[in-house]
Amino acid sequence: MIAVVAETKDGSARKITLEMLAEARRLADAKGGLKVGAIALGPLAPGEADRLASQGADRIFHVEGAALAEYAPEAWAEGVRLAVEKARPEVLFLGATAHGKDLAPRVSARLRVGLASDCVAFEWGDSGLVARRPIFAGKAIARVAWSASRPQVASVRPNTFTPAAPDASRKAAVEAISLGDVKVRARVVGFEASEGEMADLTEATIIVSGGRAMQGPDNFELLRKLCKVLGATLGASRAAVDAGWIDHSHQVGQTGKVVNPTVYFAIGISGAIQHMAGMSSSKTIVAINKDKDAPIFKIASYGIVGDLYQVVPALTEEFEKALKE
Amino acid sequence: MNVLVFVKQVPDTETRIQIQNGSVDTSSVKWVVNPYDEFAIEEALRIREKVGAGKVVVASLGPERVKEAIKYGLSLGADEGVWLKGDGVALADPLAVATALAGAARKIGYDLILTGKQGVDYDWSQAGIILAELLDLPHVSVVVGLELDAAAKRGKAKREVEGGLEEVEFDLPAVITAQKGLNEPRYASLKGIMAVKKKVIPEWTLADVGVDAAAVVPEAASIRFLDISLPPPRSAGRILEGEPRDTARELVRLLHNEAKVI
Repeated sequence: MIAVVAETKDGSARKITLEMLAEARRLADAKGGLKVGAIALGPLAPGEADRLASQGADRIFHVEGAALAEYAPEAWAEGVRLAVEKARPEVLFLGATAHGKDLAPRVSARLRVGLASDCVAFEWGDSGLVARRPIFAGKAIARVAWSASRPQVASVRPNTFTPAAPDASRKAAVEAISLGDVKVRARVVGFEASEGEMADLTEATIIVSGGRAMQGPDNFELLRKLCKVLGATLGASRAAVDAGWIDHSHQVGQTGKVVNPTVYFAIGISGAIQHMAGMSSSKTIVAINKDKDAPIFKIASYGIVGDLYQVVPALTEEFEKALKE
Repeated sequence: MNVLVFVKQVPDTETRIQIQNGSVDTSSVKWVVNPYDEFAIEEALRIREKVGAGKVVVASLGPERVKEAIKYGLSLGADEGVWLKGDGVALADPLAVATALAGAARKIGYDLILTGKQGVDYDWSQAGIILAELLDLPHVSVVVGLELDAAAKRGKAKREVEGGLEEVEFDLPAVITAQKGLNEPRYASLKGIMAVKKKVIPEWTLADVGVDAAAVVPEAASIRFLDISLPPPRSAGRILEGEPRDTARELVRLLHNEAKVI
């Protein structure tokens, strides 16, 4: 079995869960005879089990218990361990999301097995799964293999695999697992939402990033306008973050977020190696820079050589017009 | 409050990675303290200053060069440093690394363990959390805010998640992994740099920290690299020059009609 730890929000599966189910299904079918399991922890919204089935799960392991009311790594890890004991999967997927990256090392250590984090591709090798994952923030790609212990645990990078079209004829048996008393010494007690309604950088389809040439915090307003028109998320280079113009949560690069949107706008960013590492897997890269020798143009799909203070407002207007049509 | 900080050495982020025979060629690499570990060191020093008692120990696992990372911590104000020799350890396997670090942690002692949220080399983001599991401690990862109540042996942390910050309450002792934004690391003072010369860094083997060497050798690794390669190079695309309005219009057209992405 390939088991997927379903990540849910308010009881509904998040997109990463559907992405993992699709890849698990593909791998299971490629091998032949392998089943796909979904491990859900905590309350599930009505109809959600059917949805997991329609997205590729053959069996659902639903762990419930008082300790799963809010995220607590120790309780979650124990819940996954119980489900793994029951499901005995060869492969276990978790999302390489904030929660998945927090949980996966606990789970793998508790099972005393290896974990390949933030994987972007899988294939079957001679002795089980082989994963591909970026290292050095994408400056290089590693192929990773596990020891003979099972399950092979991997966390899966969001936005990498495409969810399957739901198939309502697929059904899955739901097996209930009860989580008893667990020692919980760290638990989530609150949440502080960040600015606006922008998607997270790691989940964004379009990113508009500003660099040193933004000259100060106020000019980021230009980029926010463009973001609004495109439904994009605002990013920044390390230079802009370290200058204190914008919060670190916006930073793209080796000491920030590694991103893979459909379109990445690098505006007033010259293209330091550590920045390009974090965004070079974007499908389309657009660079706007005054200096036509800036390294960013070497990896840009499209570039405009010009003053961003003239180009960005013009671009915002042109997109506004084009998107209305 | 005794704070133990684990640091690692990584290639400087401005390094252009070169591959030789399926591995990263480190012959001309400039080694630095992992950037996220710098936030961990800084936080440890601030905790000691605030609590006014206890010590900060900086420890690192690896070849002899990692003593430079330990000395860096000492120059900033850490009280003690420990080098755990990495000979024979599968340093690319987070489970093996954390197993060795757990041995060192038990010998050194701690009220709090701090480390970076990930090494900016292999980007596993695992060792700190695995360490917590092996030592039977709670953990909070990717932390950008930390408040401790030493007397009550409790703490509150803010951690970065999609779309905001999560507030986490935890018991001490615990493992905290540091994210950029936690603090603004200080620079070493001349006095700090001079003081390093007087400090002796103990050199420990796995046997010294009670770790079974056979459990952490590369042959026993839970995970390994088959090979490492460079990503396919991106070729430069179309560069537009001219009047801002014209280039903007042309770019919108290209993204819509040619790339078909917007």
